[in-house]
Amino acid sequence: MTNRLTRRLFGASVAALALIGSYAAASAADLNALVWCDHSDPNLLKPFEDATGIKVNVKEFEGTGAGLAIVDQSQPGDWDVMVIDTVDVRRGVDRGLFEPLPEDKLPMADIFPEVLMNQHAVVDGKRYGVTEKFGYNTIGFNKSKVDAADMDTLGVLTNDKYKGRIAIYDYYLPVMGLAAMAIGKKTSELTEADLPAIKEVLQKMKANAKAVTDVVASQTALATGEADILIGGGEWVTAGIAKENPDLDFSIPKEGAVLWSQSLAMFKDSKNKDNALKFIQYVMSPEGQARLATSSCYWGMPANKQATLTADQKKILRFDEQADFLKRAQEYPAPSEDLDKKMQDLWTAMIQGQ
Amino acid sequence: MSSASTSRIAWASVTPALLWTLVFFVVPFVAMGVMSLHPKAGEGASLAAYAQFFTNPSYWHALINSLEVTLIVTVISVLLAYPFAWILAFMVPERWQRLALMLAVLPFWTSYVVRSYSWLLVLAEKGVVNSTLVNLGLLSEPIQIANTRTATVIGFVHFFVMLLTLTIYANLKQLSPNYRKAATDLGASGFQTFIHVILPLTLPGIMVGAFLTFVLAIGDYITPQILGGNNELLMPQLIMMQIGRRGDFASASALSLILMAVVTLAYLACARWLKIERA
Repeated sequence: MTNRLTRRLFGASVAALALIGSYAAASAADLNALVWCDHSDPNLLKPFEDATGIKVNVKEFEGTGAGLAIVDQSQPGDWDVMVIDTVDVRRGVDRGLFEPLPEDKLPMADIFPEVLMNQHAVVDGKRYGVTEKFGYNTIGFNKSKVDAADMDTLGVLTNDKYKGRIAIYDYYLPVMGLAAMAIGKKTSELTEADLPAIKEVLQKMKANAKAVTDVVASQTALATGEADILIGGGEWVTAGIAKENPDLDFSIPKEGAVLWSQSLAMFKDSKNKDNALKFIQYVMSPEGQARLATSSCYWGMPANKQATLTADQKKILRFDEQADFLKRAQEYPAPSEDLDKKMQDLWTAMIQGQ
Repeated sequence: MSSASTSRIAWASVTPALLWTLVFFVVPFVAMGVMSLHPKAGEGASLAAYAQFFTNPSYWHALINSLEVTLIVTVISVLLAYPFAWILAFMVPERWQRLALMLAVLPFWTSYVVRSYSWLLVLAEKGVVNSTLVNLGLLSEPIQIANTRTATVIGFVHFFVMLLTLTIYANLKQLSPNYRKAATDLGASGFQTFIHVILPLTLPGIMVGAFLTFVLAIGDYITPQILGGNNELLMPQLIMMQIGRRGDFASASALSLILMAVVTLAYLACARWLKIERA
């Protein structure tokens, strides 16, 4: 009896070890990616997985702080690639997280030069992040409900004409960047001294706003007609639902807009650097770029000009107008840690009506 | 059985619970405490993360907002749940009570996030509520309900009325019918019986339910985030804001511990009050 039990236990243990072994073997061929929601779309991942046999395990996060916290709580080597705001690539480099990327194996010549942001993605001559997608935090609106001419100036931020019909995208950096541009300041040169003037704009803006909305609520607000204007919105809100709501559009005001850009980086401690590079190459390829640009989570401009988008998709993203847009766009604010904290506190005060 | 072996069995019985509490409460609690005292990596301990809460009006207003919303939700939920539980316990025939209870807990079966987004659509300008009120001629034009504190309160109350109904119902069912009969025999009216006999006897159930409501509502992030439209910040939203981009775990930990202190105070007040009532 005891022998039989022992044999069964042994058999079960062997089976369990075999399972663990097969899992470990499978894990070795997997790719662990720390990503934003647009990378979770099977339409993006499946062709890569089918072609290479590499399974991509994704974990979504929002905000660089949250992403870096996940890395802090993980073991070195747990993650292979990460999506990160291009302006924050240096934060990862300063923590010693990222591996330099081989530029000669990436389609650098095909990337819109304005979105490469070498000042953030290149450190000591080495590239640590490659821009994969970009767009604008600007004015999103329903053109059947507002005067489109009013959307061509950042004066709309404080225009009483649209009181109660405005939603504000709940992310302090780009919206404060827009507020700064509205009063003639450059987003790349913001200092603490600029904050009182920006605060005035924010307070006026908030007084006219119906809500301060996160990504999903922003899209819902425009789609349901709860708001007619989204400050901080852009193609990332309107393009994905343009077919159902053809009246949704975005403008790049004469003062410009804030350019957002997301990059892919490879972890220094990755155990699958070859696979990581293959994944980055796939995402940066014309096919991967088209799929990423039109991800079900949100649309955005592909960084690679050769992206195989359809004519319709290009029209929705206003692909052919990018040269002009990029000329007028300003950089995403990248404040120092202290200024960042003060900007966030100012944003908190705006929401609290103080 | 010797007292030594009884003691061993007792320890063996409580050890899993103690370990659970140690690993999932005490250790994270201490970790948060340590984190809250180290706002900047590489620098010594400081109370800066706590100081900012008391010196920045936007921060302590978040606590006031949280307390206001939570108290409003708790009071409304109790006022709605008590008669609901009463009807279930004493007016619905015994054989239908199980079905009625099941219907009462039906909202629990849906995802919290989905339920909140559903409320957002219901309360929107073109939603069911506004459309109905306008069509009935009660409103000349839609009013803003979604993205307000009212919407947050509605979302919370919808959820917590069910929770309170269950706790109060359980309390009412435990009461012997003899209490009511005795009060009636002594000449008390139905209202007097309720005020002087039933209500005091069900207060512990109400307090437990109200405390649960308070704790769950004050720490909830989803409902105010989705329904409140960020037109004011509550403590959980302020805490999440510290983490999102900046990964400021010192501030997030300090704010969490302050919130926890408030909940602890509420618990102590509740426990003390219940003790007095029972004395």
